[in-house]
Amino acid sequence: MALLQTRGLTARYGDSQALFGVDIALGQGETIAIIGANGAGKTTLLRTIAGVLRSDPGMVMFDGAEIGARPADEIMKLGIAMVPEGRKLFPSLSVEENLLIGAHGRKAAGPWNLDAVLDLFPVLKEKRAVPGTALSGGQQQMVAIGRALMSNPRVLLCDEISLGLAPVVIRDIYAAFPRIRAGGASVIVVEQDIGQAMKVASRVYCMMEGRVTLEGLPGDLSREAIHAAYFGAVA
Amino acid sequence: MNWIDTILQGVLLGGLYALFAAGLSLVFGIMRLVNLAHGDLIILAAYLILVIVSALGLNPFLAALVAMPVMFALGWLLQRVVLNRVLGNDILPPLLVTFGLSIVIQNALLQGFSADSQRIGAGALETASVDFGPVTLGVMPMLTFASAILVIVGLNQLFYRTAMGRAFRATSDDPVTASLMGIKPASVFAQATGIAMIVVTIAALYLGMRANFDPTIGPARLIYAFEAVIIGGLGSLWGTLAGGVIIGVAQTLGAAVNPEWQILAGHVAFLLVLLVRPRGLFPRAYD
Repeated sequence: MALLQTRGLTARYGDSQALFGVDIALGQGETIAIIGANGAGKTTLLRTIAGVLRSDPGMVMFDGAEIGARPADEIMKLGIAMVPEGRKLFPSLSVEENLLIGAHGRKAAGPWNLDAVLDLFPVLKEKRAVPGTALSGGQQQMVAIGRALMSNPRVLLCDEISLGLAPVVIRDIYAAFPRIRAGGASVIVVEQDIGQAMKVASRVYCMMEGRVTLEGLPGDLSREAIHAAYFGAVA
Repeated sequence: MNWIDTILQGVLLGGLYALFAAGLSLVFGIMRLVNLAHGDLIILAAYLILVIVSALGLNPFLAALVAMPVMFALGWLLQRVVLNRVLGNDILPPLLVTFGLSIVIQNALLQGFSADSQRIGAGALETASVDFGPVTLGVMPMLTFASAILVIVGLNQLFYRTAMGRAFRATSDDPVTASLMGIKPASVFAQATGIAMIVVTIAALYLGMRANFDPTIGPARLIYAFEAVIIGGLGSLWGTLAGGVIIGVAQTLGAAVNPEWQILAGHVAFLLVLLVRPRGLFPRAYD
C-alpha cells in the first residue's frame, strides 16, 4: 500500500481550477519526481498535499488515513514536511532559529536534529547566528531543507529546490539526498530540471495544465514521450 | 525652573505611556492588527482591578495579579472569536471591528459604572517620594517606569529566548509558511492578544492609581500609545519605550513653559519625529 496517495485530486485558486483529477502514489522509502513546465500544477499539487490548499475529503490519503481536509499545521504534525518554493525562510529568525522552528509542531524521534542537519550542511555551522535571509541562495536552500528535516518527517515535499541556483550548488544540494533517504523519509521532488529529476527519482510523473500526462520509471521514458507530456506536442 | 527635575519627571511619565503602548506594539508586531479598542481595554482592566479591590479588599497590586488571567482569557477569546475572523490582506475590517468594540466597551462601562470618575486607591504610596539632591521623584512614577522596563525586558525575553517567541516571530513574518512548521497562526494570534492583555492590566493598574479615570478616556490613551509605537518604530519594543519617553519629556517640558502646552507639546514631538524619521526611530530592517 502506498504511504501517500492522491485520488482524483482537484484544487482551486478561487474560481480558477488548478488541478483536474490528479492521481499519484508514493511508496514507503521511495523518491518520486513531478516534472512539468511552469503552470503545470506541480506546486499546487504539493501545496494541496501539505494542506496549504484544502481539497475535498477522500482525495489525499496518508498512511491509510484521509488528510485532504486537514489544515497545514495538522498535516505537518502527521509527518509531512515541505520545502516550499523560494525557500521562504523567516527573515526575523537566525539560521539556527530557522532550523529549530522546523521541529516546532512535531518532535518525533529520528535521525535528524540540529547537530545532524549542521553535519549534513557543514557550511551552515559558522552561520548559525546570521539571519537566514542574509545567506546565499544555495545556503538558504540548505536551511530550508534542514528546517523540514528537523521534524523527522515521514514524507518530505521538495518544491523546485534547484530554482535560481548555480549548477554546482544544485549538485551540492542533491548530494545530500542519499543521506536524507537513508534517514527514512520518502520524498516527492518537484523539478523543472528534468535531468536532475531523472537522477534522483525512482519514478517520474509529468504534469501539464493540472493533469498527470505521463508516469513511469526514468529508464523507461523516452525523450519524445517526455517532450510530448511536458509541452503537449511530439518533437 | 529645575530643568533636570522636569526632564526626569518626563522620563518617568514616559514609562506610563510605554506601558500603554507595549501591548499595542506586541499585537501590531505579530499580526499587523491596529487595535482601536486598545485604550478602552486599558480602562476596562482598570475597572476590573477596581472591582476586585472593592469586592475582595485586596491591595491593588494583588488585585492586578488576580485580574491578569481574566484579561488574558478575555484577550484570547476576543482574538479567537472575533478578530481572527477579520484578519487578512484588507486592513479595513479589523479597524472597523475594533472601532466598534471601542464603542461597545465605553457604553458597557457607562452602563455598569456610570460616568463618575473613579480611582484605585494606593494609600501612602500615592504621595510617597524620594529626594535625590535637588530632585524629588515620586515613588509611584518610579514604580511605573521600572514596571515598563520589566515588561519590555520580559517581552523581549519571551520573543527572543523561547520557542513561543520564535513561533510569534515566524508567524509575524509569514503565517502560511509558519503553518508548514506545525504552527497554528490563529492560536499564536490568540496567545499574543492574551499576553497583550496582561500588559494592558499592568498599564491599567498604574493608570488607575495615578489618576482618575472614567469610561470615556480610553481613546486619549490610545493616541498616546499610537504615538509611542510609531515614534519607536512599528514592532520595536525598546523603540516603544523610547517613544513613550520622548512624548513624556516633551509634555513635561511643554508644561514647564506653559501649562496649557503639555498635551500639545507631546503631539508636536510626535509630528517632528515623523517628519525626520517617517518609519520611527528603530524600525525593523525587514519590514
